[in-house]
Amino acid sequence: MRYSGFKVIKEALSGHKGWKPAWREPDPKPHYDIVIIGGGGHGLATAHYLAKVYKQKNIAVIEKGWIGGGNVGRNTTIIRSNYLLDGNEPFYEFSLKLWEGLEQDLNYNAMVSQRGIMNLIHSDAQRDAFVRRGNAMILNGADAEYLNEAQIRKEYPFLKFDDQRFPIKGGLAQRRGGTVRHDAVAWGYARSADSHGVDIIQNCEVTGFKIENGVCKGIETSRGFIGADKVGCAVAGNSGRLMGMAGMRLPIESHVLQAFVSEGLKPVLPGVITFGAGHFYVSQSDKGGLVFGGDLDGYNSYAQRGNLPVVEDVCEGGMAIMPMIGRARLLRMWGGIMDMSMDGSPYIDKTHIEGLYFNGGWCYGGFKATPASGYTFAHLLANDTPHETATAYRLDRYKTGHMIDEKGQGNQPNLH
Amino acid sequence: MIINHPLLGPRDSAEFVYMGDARLIERPDPESDTVAEQFHDYAYLRDNPAGTLRELWFHEGGDRSWLVVTRDTRTHEISKVELARDVARSKGRSK
Repeated sequence: MRYSGFKVIKEALSGHKGWKPAWREPDPKPHYDIVIIGGGGHGLATAHYLAKVYKQKNIAVIEKGWIGGGNVGRNTTIIRSNYLLDGNEPFYEFSLKLWEGLEQDLNYNAMVSQRGIMNLIHSDAQRDAFVRRGNAMILNGADAEYLNEAQIRKEYPFLKFDDQRFPIKGGLAQRRGGTVRHDAVAWGYARSADSHGVDIIQNCEVTGFKIENGVCKGIETSRGFIGADKVGCAVAGNSGRLMGMAGMRLPIESHVLQAFVSEGLKPVLPGVITFGAGHFYVSQSDKGGLVFGGDLDGYNSYAQRGNLPVVEDVCEGGMAIMPMIGRARLLRMWGGIMDMSMDGSPYIDKTHIEGLYFNGGWCYGGFKATPASGYTFAHLLANDTPHETATAYRLDRYKTGHMIDEKGQGNQPNLH
Repeated sequence: MIINHPLLGPRDSAEFVYMGDARLIERPDPESDTVAEQFHDYAYLRDNPAGTLRELWFHEGGDRSWLVVTRDTRTHEISKVELARDVARSKGRSK
């Protein structure tokens, strides 16, 4: 069933009785060519591109709960491609281009809104670093624009420009960045994958891998054994647990990151603001809530909830840069579990076990990467070679000395 | 979170800096034949369980001692706190 304006009017006139479920609920078959573990944004995107672009057949997505119930439903919905390093920027720019065509590709309204993102600058050194980054972005085909203080005052007059510690001296803008309705991304990919014949199997938890002589033959699940020629894992947050079942230790720690929404307000914030010096970022959802976040809690956690010192820290960051936020009440807050990698960059790679493929380590930048992550993981699963934009995301890059460390923090995951 | 420091009693976890998996105490032998492999694993691969984890915390806002804290990563419940010095000595290290 294709969605269209005509269909909406027709259904409105006939009592909305013609809508059908957007995807099937099939029972698992005994064997698939490709099984993807994880029915989140990345797993469902992988299934969509495998079926639609790479013309693979006989695919299943296995999800322990309901689809879209993990990090794709728990993030702050920002999309951007403002990276510095060669290993990252082409990949994220590819992702932003896919976002721009996503709704047409899926025939699904994901509310992609290119309202622009602004990184604030407070010192000469920071200006040099951001101008360099902007140039790297332009060299890789992305858009970037340096704004001086007067230009930012015009667009965001309510920011605190004359702060003693962090006066605003300029900003790096990416006009094509913005926000997307996150749940709709999962649902849109799921609907499209399903319509291309992918089996989406919910409430089916993986309990183990069947590995014989270094070859993965399938997975043990709460709904029985499912055989597979290739198994792709896309369960960021829980990568350590899942790959531990295959006997692997990963260059990843799992950390909790909190996010916050204020009560609904009239439109006050036109784009996305990031205050890197205080680690605070904010946008306004279409419902009116200010959506914001900050730092990790900083310790390993699978709890999906954080502690109060970080709540205080994030709100202090908000008050420092945008004092009017103090007039809004906090409505909701929650925590999501991040795969924090050793250099702050992700992995899309084969493992040492034949037929077992890994996608994870997204730190807290996984949402914006969703389309490219799915596309390039599908490429790897279909062709056994990395996609041209994802050649740097190897699991063994610490051995070969090819880290992709945007912040230069070293192997301390809670600092990335 | 409250960390029950063996010397100072209960302290707010905000006084501490987190370093992760306590296996970092067990530095590999630099004279070993497989030293590159061992130091790669030491520096980059971590235990990351959903459950009980032994981890290093540094009391930066206090007496600057290193602690080994045993904590459940699903509930944040702390079951044991030791001085990292004592743990290292119990493994035969001089300090």
